[in-house]
Amino acid sequence: MLWKMFLTFFKIGAFTFGGGFAMIPIIQQEVVDKHNWIKDEEFMDTISIAQSSPGPIAVNSSIYVGYKIKGFIGALVCTLGTILPSFITILIIAIFFNQFKDNIIFEKVFMGIRPAVVALIFSAVYRLVYKSHLGYGTLSMALAIMLIIVFLKISPIYMVILGAGGSVIYHKLVKNNDNIEE
Amino acid sequence: MIKFFQLFLSFFKVGAFSFGGGYAMLPLLEEEVIKTHSWMSGAEFIDIFAISEMTPGPIAVNAATFVGYKVAGFLGAMVATLAVILPSFIVISLIYTFISKFKNSPYVDWIFKGIRPVVLGLIAAAGVTVAKTSFMDIKSIIIGAGIFYLVSFKKLNPILGIVGAGILGILLY
Repeated sequence: MLWKMFLTFFKIGAFTFGGGFAMIPIIQQEVVDKHNWIKDEEFMDTISIAQSSPGPIAVNSSIYVGYKIKGFIGALVCTLGTILPSFITILIIAIFFNQFKDNIIFEKVFMGIRPAVVALIFSAVYRLVYKSHLGYGTLSMALAIMLIIVFLKISPIYMVILGAGGSVIYHKLVKNNDNIEE
Repeated sequence: MIKFFQLFLSFFKVGAFSFGGGYAMLPLLEEEVIKTHSWMSGAEFIDIFAISEMTPGPIAVNAATFVGYKVAGFLGAMVATLAVILPSFIVISLIYTFISKFKNSPYVDWIFKGIRPVVLGLIAAAGVTVAKTSFMDIKSIIIGAGIFYLVSFKKLNPILGIVGAGILGILLY
């Protein structure tokens, strides 16, 4: 089990190009779909925790998913799996830095990968929307938050706090009165 | 020895104070690596950024490994990399313990319900940001649209999508 976790997260680490968000669809595919280690909703919670904690999102989500699957040892194994591919790659590059610098093939490969990263991010969004059966209210809120972040460049952490606080207040004040649970 | 200690401290700081991942930590990294310790020049810093864009893994981890190696060889790379992920490990451990303890509290449930639309918005916003620098011609838009279709509707494995897009890059550019 631990070995399988390590391999899975090694794979996730190895194919996470262009920063943390690119790994969201890959984690989704491996951890939720393929191995059923966590559910779609739990996955979304994982991403929100990873987002609102300091540090790289990829590392944060590996730690959290690791805990969920197998406690502290699971967290260690998943983290190691995630960072090992980049550690090895960068070490090699640091050693042979000058040969890599102006490699034409390298450049071309990444011209192709960059738009694919965008595609993967939006397919993750599509999947979360489709699979989690979110209502129109949630969706329009998500859309508004996207626009706020893109255009006003407000730190994500404030939006997370606002969302959490708003929801607690809403449920405490509104829902408690008529006792209808969602 | 002092070198290792400085590396550890600097990257621990970078790990601890970079919220929102990736690009959010660049200013802090710049301050530690260029201004405070002069471990790199400005040009080298841009190179490491470009390398991180092109190699797998979180940029914070990549930068830590690269700078650590430059400053103090293999051991330096290890120290810096461990230092940058240690804050994450501590914070996530605390959060996990807290959430497991209060799992049945309605508050935890409410908090997550409130955060979900935010997360969705954040991911979409990241997609828009990346799209701005990735879609520069018709070819890249076609690659992007094609991969989106295949991954979302035809269940193409995302990893295969990345590999395929890399090959398309060689063929088309």
